[in-house]
Amino acid sequence: MITTDILIIGAGPTGLFTVFEAGLLKLRCHLIDALPQAGGQCSEIYPKKPIYDIPAYPEILAGDLTDKLLEQIKQFEPSFTLGERAETIDKQEDGSFIITTNKGTKHKAPVVAIAGGLGSFEPRKPPIPNIANFEDKGVEYMIREPELYRNKNVVIAGGGDSALDWSIFLTDIAKSVTLVHRRNEFRGALDSVDKVQELKDAGKLTLITPAEIKGIKGENHVTGVVISKKDEEEFVLETDHFIPLFGLSPKLGPIANWGLEIEKNAIKVNNALDYQTNIPGIYAIGDVNTYPGKLKLILCGFHEATLMCQSAFKRIFPDKKYVMKYTTVGGVDGFDGTRKEAPKAVVKKIN
Amino acid sequence: MDINIKITDREGKLHEILAPTDMAMNLMEVIRSYEIAPEGTIGICGGMAMCASCQCYVKSNHELPEMSVDEDLMLAEAFHVEDNSRLGCQIQITPEMDGLEVELAPES
Repeated sequence: MITTDILIIGAGPTGLFTVFEAGLLKLRCHLIDALPQAGGQCSEIYPKKPIYDIPAYPEILAGDLTDKLLEQIKQFEPSFTLGERAETIDKQEDGSFIITTNKGTKHKAPVVAIAGGLGSFEPRKPPIPNIANFEDKGVEYMIREPELYRNKNVVIAGGGDSALDWSIFLTDIAKSVTLVHRRNEFRGALDSVDKVQELKDAGKLTLITPAEIKGIKGENHVTGVVISKKDEEEFVLETDHFIPLFGLSPKLGPIANWGLEIEKNAIKVNNALDYQTNIPGIYAIGDVNTYPGKLKLILCGFHEATLMCQSAFKRIFPDKKYVMKYTTVGGVDGFDGTRKEAPKAVVKKIN
Repeated sequence: MDINIKITDREGKLHEILAPTDMAMNLMEVIRSYEIAPEGTIGICGGMAMCASCQCYVKSNHELPEMSVDEDLMLAEAFHVEDNSRLGCQIQITPEMDGLEVELAPES
């Protein structure tokens, strides 16, 4: 069981900044995120896009914002459960919560902060009629264990970075790799496109474009896919695996069943006070919450995280006296023993 | 100046709405402002042509801005794509679009 002071669901910018504000109050944080890396949408959807409304940054790339937040919170030693989705929540007699992920990892904390953005990212499944029958029987929407494909024939569909990168990666493992895409052009990074071209020219990878997978063949396991190419008759390509990589889309998911008040796919909170939900001890901050006048902006998430941490502190230590301290005055004491502080003034006499 | 737009939602219901041409809005934002699709199911990437959650079918013969490479390649990875598919976020509302008719593509 992982125990902490504040259990943060979602490691996007709001969740990450919560670690900083909690750390100033000497509260420790653990973050759970369905994605395999921190940063949320900023790292998953648009890492190379500039953001112009982060205070004091006239322009910052979303990926760089994530990196800077991770640097800012480093001394508070946040821990992470990545690649797992928060599935269930159970309130304990002592008022704390136990959150269990889809992989069974258990976490316990007196305060839960849901910073889940638009929800957890789930793979987008192509509308092929019988695809559900083959899930984990040759159809995988995500590559978890590359060894599964050793000496197998693999068909990948998609035109973005993950389709390109996995096609490249699997050429060293699989017996054959075929990449199918509806266009001749690819959306992914240029060097990945060049690498695929190189592998194709070297005969290590088959490219079928512009084409689309229309069906799946097999009894208990995938044995082939039906490929439709413009102005040509459909044909079956034998394969052991079909991996559709069409990106991820966020779904509110299991959180919607936690007894929280939901409105317009978001969690209602008390914005007059502390962004607490209808369940005391569970807060919702950032894009995942809603209240009158709500704006889904990163900078609003930072503000909400700050107020929420003050409330969490009072909840955890109801009798402790505390006043907010400016970091310029109090410095920053990390859990790792480091201390950041303003340099002492140099006193020099004038003769 | 406002223009008239007819939008068929994902349940097949027709909405006849007024869209401003002077607010630098795109079609996805107009749809969100009228809550014609539930929040969280449209405009997920915010309007960067990076998610296709605002895909719609253009039913009228309006001349629309040409498709950018970004939009074209995003649609190449979207589902339920037809010849008249466009991403709403890439269509800025202009006076010439008065009478535009679109239908939202299914959620995916």
